[in-house]
Amino acid sequence: MNARKQILDRLRAATDTAAEATPLDFTSMERPPWSQEECLQRFEQTLESVHGEVHRVDRAHWLLRLAEILQARKVRNLLAPVEHPLGQALRQSGRDDLPTLLAYDQVIEAWQPSLFNDVDASLTSTLGGIAETGSLILWPTRDEPRLMSLVPPIHIAVLDADQLYSTFLDALRQQGWSAGMPTNALLISGPSKTADIEQTLAYGVHGPRELIVLVLG
Amino acid sequence: MTAQPPPSDVEQFHPRARAALSDPQVRQNFRRAMDGLMAKRKAAFADWDLDALRDLGAAVRQRALADLPNLLEQLEQQLQANGIQVHWAVDGDHACRIVTDICRARDARRVIKGKSMVSEEMELNHYLEQHGIEALESDLGEYIVQLAEETPSHIIMPAIHKNTDEISELLHDKTGTRRSHDVEYLTASARQQLREKFMQADVGISGVNFAVASTGTLCLVENEGNGRMTTTVPPCHIAVTGIEKVVPGLDEVAVLLALLTRSATGQHITTYFNMISGPRQPDELDGPEEVHVVLVDNGRATLYQDPKLRDTLRCIRCGACMNHCPVYTRVGGHTYGTTYPGPIGKILMPHLLGLASTRHLPSASSLCGACGEVCPVRIPIPDLLVRLRREAVDGDRLHPSRVAGHGSKRNPVEVMAWRSWRWLHSNGGRYRLGTALATRFRRLQPANLGAWTQYRTAPRLASRSLHQWVRQRSKQESDES
Repeated sequence: MNARKQILDRLRAATDTAAEATPLDFTSMERPPWSQEECLQRFEQTLESVHGEVHRVDRAHWLLRLAEILQARKVRNLLAPVEHPLGQALRQSGRDDLPTLLAYDQVIEAWQPSLFNDVDASLTSTLGGIAETGSLILWPTRDEPRLMSLVPPIHIAVLDADQLYSTFLDALRQQGWSAGMPTNALLISGPSKTADIEQTLAYGVHGPRELIVLVLG
Repeated sequence: MTAQPPPSDVEQFHPRARAALSDPQVRQNFRRAMDGLMAKRKAAFADWDLDALRDLGAAVRQRALADLPNLLEQLEQQLQANGIQVHWAVDGDHACRIVTDICRARDARRVIKGKSMVSEEMELNHYLEQHGIEALESDLGEYIVQLAEETPSHIIMPAIHKNTDEISELLHDKTGTRRSHDVEYLTASARQQLREKFMQADVGISGVNFAVASTGTLCLVENEGNGRMTTTVPPCHIAVTGIEKVVPGLDEVAVLLALLTRSATGQHITTYFNMISGPRQPDELDGPEEVHVVLVDNGRATLYQDPKLRDTLRCIRCGACMNHCPVYTRVGGHTYGTTYPGPIGKILMPHLLGLASTRHLPSASSLCGACGEVCPVRIPIPDLLVRLRREAVDGDRLHPSRVAGHGSKRNPVEVMAWRSWRWLHSNGGRYRLGTALATRFRRLQPANLGAWTQYRTAPRLASRSLHQWVRQRSKQESDES
């Protein structure tokens, strides 16, 4: 017999499966009504507690701070978006204190070894942040593909201070995720880590060793 | 490479428990890890109304299960609309065949795997290797366990039974990594080895934490990034999941995610929460060109038919029950000889393997209730343990049961003993006669009472029964007044 039919028939043969008619009560998921500053502090604290780095930057001077961060780490090249306003600002800044700018402008198969071995750092935009868990929301696009935030050892994410939500539930409701999901949506809450060897934390196990967030205010 | 203990091995629970209890290394590794996890979980829920949140978690899972067949159909439809191919497997072998067929159709030789307990349950690695396909685990803990040719000893931290020295020695033997106590060095060298494998892999196989019916989304929870690599780098991604993992919508996911990571490791959230709703689109530059989902039954639909036992399927695989279990902490995960160890294993494995081979598991508990108290979705684990204990001895025709192997622990002598007990206690005269005889001839009581006296002295019967004692006392009191 067809496996699908067999499984569904077996499940449907069960009795006592009447569903509750009352809607679920999500009150216990609510957090206190944090102000924007409280949200930002919470985001900062939580992300830093898991080894993330958060810089609050004046919107007008973010490129300067970015350049400082990259120089301090001796980053030779930076993979950045091309079409996103952040990428455009970066590429049109005319600054000479920035590393070589790379673009993810071909299918992964065409340059996989190079992405894996030669890229020092990447910069991506974010769709927002979550205060309660210190998370970044990323919906990869053609301009900022999935592996951009994963493969290079340093990931720099730019977050707009106005785009902070209290909780994941708030974020996905307010941004209307149910209306249609992208092929890949991500919450990123710190650098890649493991505690699989005797519960000792080690960073950068498969993904970035460092996650640096620039909060533009 | 991973040699799952043969099912009959499950029967060796008692000898293995004795061996583990006398191994100070195992005791120390688990004690330290579990103490840390308990403290972290407590801290992570400090500013929450945990009881209310657990009520919500339980309600989310209960409702999803109540509507399971419809949600599965909706999930299938949405996944297909998103370009994800859906397969149904009645059991582990069937699921292995499906995965192998997908690999063969692509002429795939090298598979990289993200952590998946369902694939452990299916013994997928073993099957793939028998069919000439190399399957490499990429979660660091799973990688270590695979190199050691062992099985995971904890569902969240597979290599928790090993300490740094043991892992250093293993990596040196198997991969030539320099011996070191530096965990960062050991991790970095594994990263290097596995990055090569990610680039070469033809297929990536992962598990699923939650499957969202309304949007056709697969959610994966992880810290390392190997899950994202597995589901993004190879040209084909196959996700294997138990049929119970489906939830109606994204709101429900937010609830379960909040409970899962805090209950498991005391994290507010894991580093990555990866939500996949489709293969690479024509305008995208990376991601797999093919995504498959294998929905695995393997005993779940049968278990589902019993309204009480169905609660077992609420599990979100956080591992909190094992972290808080006094038995698990002392004997370790390997003692159970099953894919899922600890309290959840004791109530789930009898349905996957049958009670005949797992009959010792429901009894390997003090029924202290810690597992039930910490379960984020309020699975009544102690009640289910008691139910399975009864299933193991309830073998007569009056008690039909769906649990395979029920009655396999039934012992005619024990049955006779309890029948006599009932006969004796169901009549006042017989009871008084019985206690009078027992107190009078109490010196004839044997000193050896089987399992009871293995670690304890035999209890001595008193010279008077409680009835006699109370009678005498009230007589004295009335005499005095």
